[in-house]
Amino acid sequence: MKRFRGIRKGQNEGSIITEPIWLQRMLIGVAVGFVIVFLIAPLLIVFGQALAKGWDAYWEAIREPDTFKAIQLTLLTAAISVPLNLIFGVVAAWLIAKFDFWGKNFLLTLIDLPFAISPIISGLIFVLLFGLQGLLGPWLSQYNIKIVFAVPGIILATIFVTFPFVARELIPVMQSLGNEEEEAAIVLGANGWQMFFKVTLPNIKWGLLYGVILCNARAMGEFGAVSVVSGHIRGQTNTIPLQVEILYNEYNFTAAFAVASLLALLALITLIVKHVVEWKSGRHHSNSVQINRFKEGISHEY
Amino acid sequence: MRKTQSILPGFGPALGYTLTYISLVLLIPLAMVFLKTLTMSWETFWRTVTDPRVLASYRLSFLASFLGASINGIFGLLLAWVLVRYRFPGQRIIDALLDLPFAMPTAVAGIALTTLYSTNGWFGRYLENIGIKVAYTPLGVVVALTFIGLPFVVRTIQPVLQDLDKEYEEAAASLGASRWQTFSRVIFPALVPSWLTGFALAFARALGEYGSVVFISGNMPMRTEITPLLIRTKLEQFDYTGATAIALVMMIISFILLLIINLLQNWNRRRMASH
Repeated sequence: MKRFRGIRKGQNEGSIITEPIWLQRMLIGVAVGFVIVFLIAPLLIVFGQALAKGWDAYWEAIREPDTFKAIQLTLLTAAISVPLNLIFGVVAAWLIAKFDFWGKNFLLTLIDLPFAISPIISGLIFVLLFGLQGLLGPWLSQYNIKIVFAVPGIILATIFVTFPFVARELIPVMQSLGNEEEEAAIVLGANGWQMFFKVTLPNIKWGLLYGVILCNARAMGEFGAVSVVSGHIRGQTNTIPLQVEILYNEYNFTAAFAVASLLALLALITLIVKHVVEWKSGRHHSNSVQINRFKEGISHEY
Repeated sequence: MRKTQSILPGFGPALGYTLTYISLVLLIPLAMVFLKTLTMSWETFWRTVTDPRVLASYRLSFLASFLGASINGIFGLLLAWVLVRYRFPGQRIIDALLDLPFAMPTAVAGIALTTLYSTNGWFGRYLENIGIKVAYTPLGVVVALTFIGLPFVVRTIQPVLQDLDKEYEEAAASLGASRWQTFSRVIFPALVPSWLTGFALAFARALGEYGSVVFISGNMPMRTEITPLLIRTKLEQFDYTGATAIALVMMIISFILLLIINLLQNWNRRRMASH
């Protein structure tokens, strides 16, 4: 690996297709400055503010009962929505990557839709469906079932917002692998499940892991959609991001940032996993994944 | 329905399951927006979606998203160039960090940016000295939308730049072109489809964004109120039909953008294939 070399004099000299060293340094400087202002500073201030009053205040804020309840609800939401979307993602990716059928591009567009819709609208549709003024609302209230402004609504909205992630991550991986190995397994007498667990799954495991981690990060961090369907009842229908909002609006900044730092940590772990997965799956540079995506016409990441 | 026979199992069940899941999770809930709008008369619908406060929110949402995507268009191109063509210390960390806006929950980004740019913040205190107010102004909305759209342009240009054959540049240079001429006449035209795709993706994402904006914008009607927030406000006032009408307008715009993005990607793919 020849990375981490500084720009040394002479490295690119004599080449007619590069820029003078002073221009390279200037461009690098501006680019790095932009990253520091827009990415590194926001990340640092989250941890800086969270620990501004010391570790004791930090733990105090996280151990606060309402916050603890919010963490529990977030974990519950992720524990339901991620497995459902994991199964959907594997099945949909199998369908789209391995078979040719009429309407495939349309199906792909449908899977992308939650990316294109505002999170507020993603929450609104569930209020329209299950709310008291909604389509099923009056019928549900007869049986005393509460979906929106309660926990089920939060889970449904989270499923809606996060359902493309696993599928979107797996489709390019499965397509680039081709059908030969699975076909060989079938010809040699394997049944469908044997083929899937012995051939397909080992091949896609890293892509699958990243898809799940990403889906999980979004499930735990979703704000807009969840805030529309949540009843905002402290200790009952607040997830971690909603708890951050409440604390922040109460000018309890240290606590707000302490809780937010949990989510920022999750984001950092997600980035690290992405890096490890790309390295493990032999794609030494993040760009080759993107190339595969592009060749399949997929650049829509999130 | 299937075009070619395959010996692989599972086509029928997979198709059935996928369609059922998409219908339950996606299509039925989305259909509600159209159903609800149908209960309105055309006049009411038109009056709701062209109310001055709503028009002001479209203007802010469009303008701020456009500016945010433009800033990302310029700096995304620069970042992709620097990451692909040069080597410098800390490069891999910066490359990995670029995905942060995808992974960071929007509410966290929102409070972090607001704190940075408020009067006593790290950036706010210096900017206010020179008379620039960012937090609680339309400029704050632009900052938040720049943050959340940041990865799109870089990540769409990077692979194309990586694949670009240096022979063309060598040919241009040996024919006497200056480095700038080579860039603007040879390299940049090859990047245009992916550059526009990245711009459109950042713009589409910015239009619907809510979490990172609500904290920094101050949410003043007619001035710093974005369209998603207005939908939210109407919902809180139990004006479901009003909220739905505006949501429908936004959804139609999103679908048009999705269509444009697909066309751009097809253009891009043809370009990549011809190389």
